Amino acid sequence: MSARLLAPVAGLGRAVLDAMAATGRVTIFAGSAVGHLFRPPIYFKEILYAALSIGYFSLPVVALTALFTGAALALQIYAGGARFSAEAVVPQIVAVGMVRELGPVLGGLMIAARVTSSIAAEIATMKVTEQIDALVTLSTHPMKYLSAPRILAATLVVPVLVGVGDVIGVFGGYLVGTLKLGFNAATYLHNTVDFLEFSDIASSLTKGAVFGFIAVTVACYYGMNSGRGALGVGNATKGSVQTAAVLILAANFVLTGLFFAA
Amino acid sequence: MIELRDIRKAFGPKQVLDGVDLKVETGESLVIIGGSGTGKSITIKCILGLVQPDSGTILLDGQDITKADRDAFLARFGMLFQGGALFDSMPVWQNIAFRLLRGPGRLPRAEARALAIEKLARVGLGPETADLYPAELSGGMQKRAGLARAIAADPEIIFFDEPTAGLDPIMAGVINRLIRDIVDEMGVTAITITHDMTTVRDVAHRVAMLHGGKIRWCGPVDAVETADDPYLDQFIHGRAEGPIATLR
Repeated sequence: MSARLLAPVAGLGRAVLDAMAATGRVTIFAGSAVGHLFRPPIYFKEILYAALSIGYFSLPVVALTALFTGAALALQIYAGGARFSAEAVVPQIVAVGMVRELGPVLGGLMIAARVTSSIAAEIATMKVTEQIDALVTLSTHPMKYLSAPRILAATLVVPVLVGVGDVIGVFGGYLVGTLKLGFNAATYLHNTVDFLEFSDIASSLTKGAVFGFIAVTVACYYGMNSGRGALGVGNATKGSVQTAAVLILAANFVLTGLFFAA
Repeated sequence: MIELRDIRKAFGPKQVLDGVDLKVETGESLVIIGGSGTGKSITIKCILGLVQPDSGTILLDGQDITKADRDAFLARFGMLFQGGALFDSMPVWQNIAFRLLRGPGRLPRAEARALAIEKLARVGLGPETADLYPAELSGGMQKRAGLARAIAADPEIIFFDEPTAGLDPIMAGVINRLIRDIVDEMGVTAITITHDMTTVRDVAHRVAMLHGGKIRWCGPVDAVETADDPYLDQFIHGRAEGPIATLR
């Protein structure tokens, strides 16, 4: 009887322990991948290819996301601000909202959707088709060849992507502000530039680096630890995107606290 | 010489290898046969270090492989995987020249490509195959390309995992002949895993049957048909009745 009563508590405890164990495994995996970055051989071609794939080819989706978000944000702030005669703050709020929060978070989530899923599926497929084993038999460490270059590339290029997204997001607000809401173009830009501080931009780029690291480390971890067959690949892909998205949002909260908590 | 002493490996409650003892002499072609799930692939993965045995010792030329330099150890091996395991993201010639393009003894790109094309020719594939991607090859061509990759760096030891699985009988015969010719020409030590008795007859010097996690029978290929072992007899004749349970 007591066992039945305690079952929900036991289930909760098991879930917490599982989550902690998984966190530990991902942390060890990340540490190992980072360690491989500093020990030769370094696969520069793989790093370059990963940088192109993660950064350059993600640009359209990140840019469109930022553009529409910045535009919608301007409309919302204008409508909301009108309730207490604060319509004039649209440029400033769009700028700070995009650069501090929406640019990095939405950029990170788009990377999780596009890059995490793709890398997890690719590595998981390589695992189930014995390509990872083949790498080992060809004297190539899979962590060094597959994971480390992708993780390094993501950590370097996602901040750039976020920076571009920030600018495009602000531009989306500018378009709506000047074309629809009647703001003067020069004043809009002046207010935007004047209001932003160095710490806003630094926080945005730092978040981009952390989110890039998380998105691709999680992808590589799930891929390398995939189960068998098509179901294994599917589960690895799904799990990687879910985990990366949640970790990016949690990391965003922590980083926002570190940068801006008074 | 490769020697396995009392190798044990379990996955959860399933004891796959339960004390495997096996010796393969230098230059010998050993074929391991046995039913599905009896641990044939796990045995060669243990030798390559892809799977860590729970206990036991594996010696290569008398030296414990866990104490050997890993890269130098792996450089002596070539492996043909069951599904080919060609890297999807690169063309065939780069697959074949993978080891030659990396590491301390890497070759210039043009030289590595020429060598890859030479190895492709050795397995009966033309130079036009070199720039194709693995997904553009048929099953038989993928096996041949995998074989070319396995022999690209002139290894001393080659493992063949189900080399004829999924191929039609003619293509299976072609692959068997290629394996036999390569083993004879290169003088390599070879371990082949198969269910296919044609492969056994074509490529084996010696045959080992794995059953119940142990080497059930081991002897020269000529003795397989006359061996007095009911398990081996059932397996090579493909009978449903016998000591090997058909539902596993």
